[in-house]
Amino acid sequence: MRRNFLILLIGLIVLAPVPFLTDTYVLRLGTTALMYVSLSLAWNMIGGFAGYPSFGMAAFFGLGAYASGILQVNGFAGPVGWIGAGLVGLAFALALGAVVLRLRGHAFAIATLVVAEVLKEITNAWNSLTGGGMGLNMPYQKMDPIAGARIYFYAMLACATISLAATILVAGSKLGFALRTIKQNEDAASMVGVNTTTAKVIAFALSGALGALVGGVYTSWINFIEPADVYDPLFSIKPIVMVLLGGSGTVFGPVLGAAAFLLLDEIVWRNFLETHTGILGLVIVLLILFLPKGLGSLSWPRLLQRSAR
Amino acid sequence: MADTLLEVSNLSTGYGDVQVLWDVGFDITRGETVCLVGSNGAGKSTLLRCLSGLIPATAGGFRFEGREMAGRSPQDIVAAGIAHVPEGRRLFGPMSVHDNLLLGAYLRHDKDGVRRDLDRVLSLFPILAQRRNQAAGTLSGGEQQMCAIARGMMNNPKLLMIDELSLGLAPQVVEMLSETIRAISKDGLSVLLVEQDAITAFELATRGVVLDSGRVRLIDATAKLAENPAVQEAYMGLA
Repeated sequence: MRRNFLILLIGLIVLAPVPFLTDTYVLRLGTTALMYVSLSLAWNMIGGFAGYPSFGMAAFFGLGAYASGILQVNGFAGPVGWIGAGLVGLAFALALGAVVLRLRGHAFAIATLVVAEVLKEITNAWNSLTGGGMGLNMPYQKMDPIAGARIYFYAMLACATISLAATILVAGSKLGFALRTIKQNEDAASMVGVNTTTAKVIAFALSGALGALVGGVYTSWINFIEPADVYDPLFSIKPIVMVLLGGSGTVFGPVLGAAAFLLLDEIVWRNFLETHTGILGLVIVLLILFLPKGLGSLSWPRLLQRSAR
Repeated sequence: MADTLLEVSNLSTGYGDVQVLWDVGFDITRGETVCLVGSNGAGKSTLLRCLSGLIPATAGGFRFEGREMAGRSPQDIVAAGIAHVPEGRRLFGPMSVHDNLLLGAYLRHDKDGVRRDLDRVLSLFPILAQRRNQAAGTLSGGEQQMCAIARGMMNNPKLLMIDELSLGLAPQVVEMLSETIRAISKDGLSVLLVEQDAITAFELATRGVVLDSGRVRLIDATAKLAENPAVQEAYMGLA
């Protein structure tokens, strides 16, 4: 655990000066990457450690985005909105988890998938609070664009740091151990005395709180949210792909996967403007096919050995 | 009845609308080994699942050390001292033997006691000490059964419930496991043994409960059961 925190610290030291060395294009890319790193780590809590295939990340992201947006429109400062978003996400995940975590496998996946759709419809219909389909504009803030870009880079960096620190703590704790036993054999876990319900609900609540926190920061960063944007099913699916790409149920796999996915996305998009989604999909399918345990499972010494032969 | 450990009375349970057990009643004295005999589908495994809290009782209940335990969670039941060695072993395949054993002590906080029990089960099953860092899924069937029993014992239980001790194992391995069961019951541990092979079961246990279509048909000393013509015909392949 100490080694993992050391890696996190080194990562922070490397990333800290970035906003003062680059332009807004790179900053925007970096902020997006940190956002997906956080979402991947959040999904990994329930999907990776416990093996529960949640498709609910968009629900938490959107809920957090709107909680933060509504607080800010009503005069609260950005950070208050973000913390509020995290708390709303936590409460919602606790309530939702108590119900849907009774399901397993495909049934659980479908149940979580529809939650974002339901929330989207409610947000659309609740005009007085959410602005409905017109979306929600954040209060205008007079800020230099580069200063704004820097602030939100650091805000997302904070989200990613919190997510990674939580992941490291969970992975090294009794809770992490319990989640891994649930993934391997839930009945047997129960038989040796693991309180499977509590462990699952905590993991789901952490996942939801982190997802909502990221959504809350997203609102401030983008300044405008609408239901179809923040409840986009892609917010559910991309983190799953990233985690699978990097290594499910590991600590740094989600970080690696999110970075690799966005790097590939950017490279493919630049070179194949017309067909880039198709080619990106193909590359990811191939990677997952040949590296089922993710990029994190690549052993560089062995690769070098093999190529030397 | 001197010092009853487990007392099951009028226990009924099932899965949804399907009732599996009707009015099951028997008891286990401290230190005693009792076997449950019955054909496929008689409800043996269901009874164990109910006693370990995995499925709720629909009627009746069971008392463990005088405390009513029906309706309690599996965690409470494990903490009270009932360990379940499930059918088909149910080990955590990718985890090491060592981690599987420690999982049996998941609810315990006495580190010294856990270490002592770890040494004890490793001396009971020396092969597990050799395979300590190997993934449990790579063990042979017999070794996996040993690992599952050792995992159950890591909880330092008062009652060890073993489902299908001999299923799919070589006779030599069954003989070895039987020796171990005798050794641990000599240490004062009560064992509830579910076994299809009635001959093995009768050798190990002092009393037997015969379950038929979800109802208790007979309870008697195993020596008497072994001589009962009906039991011989139905479960021992003798006529």
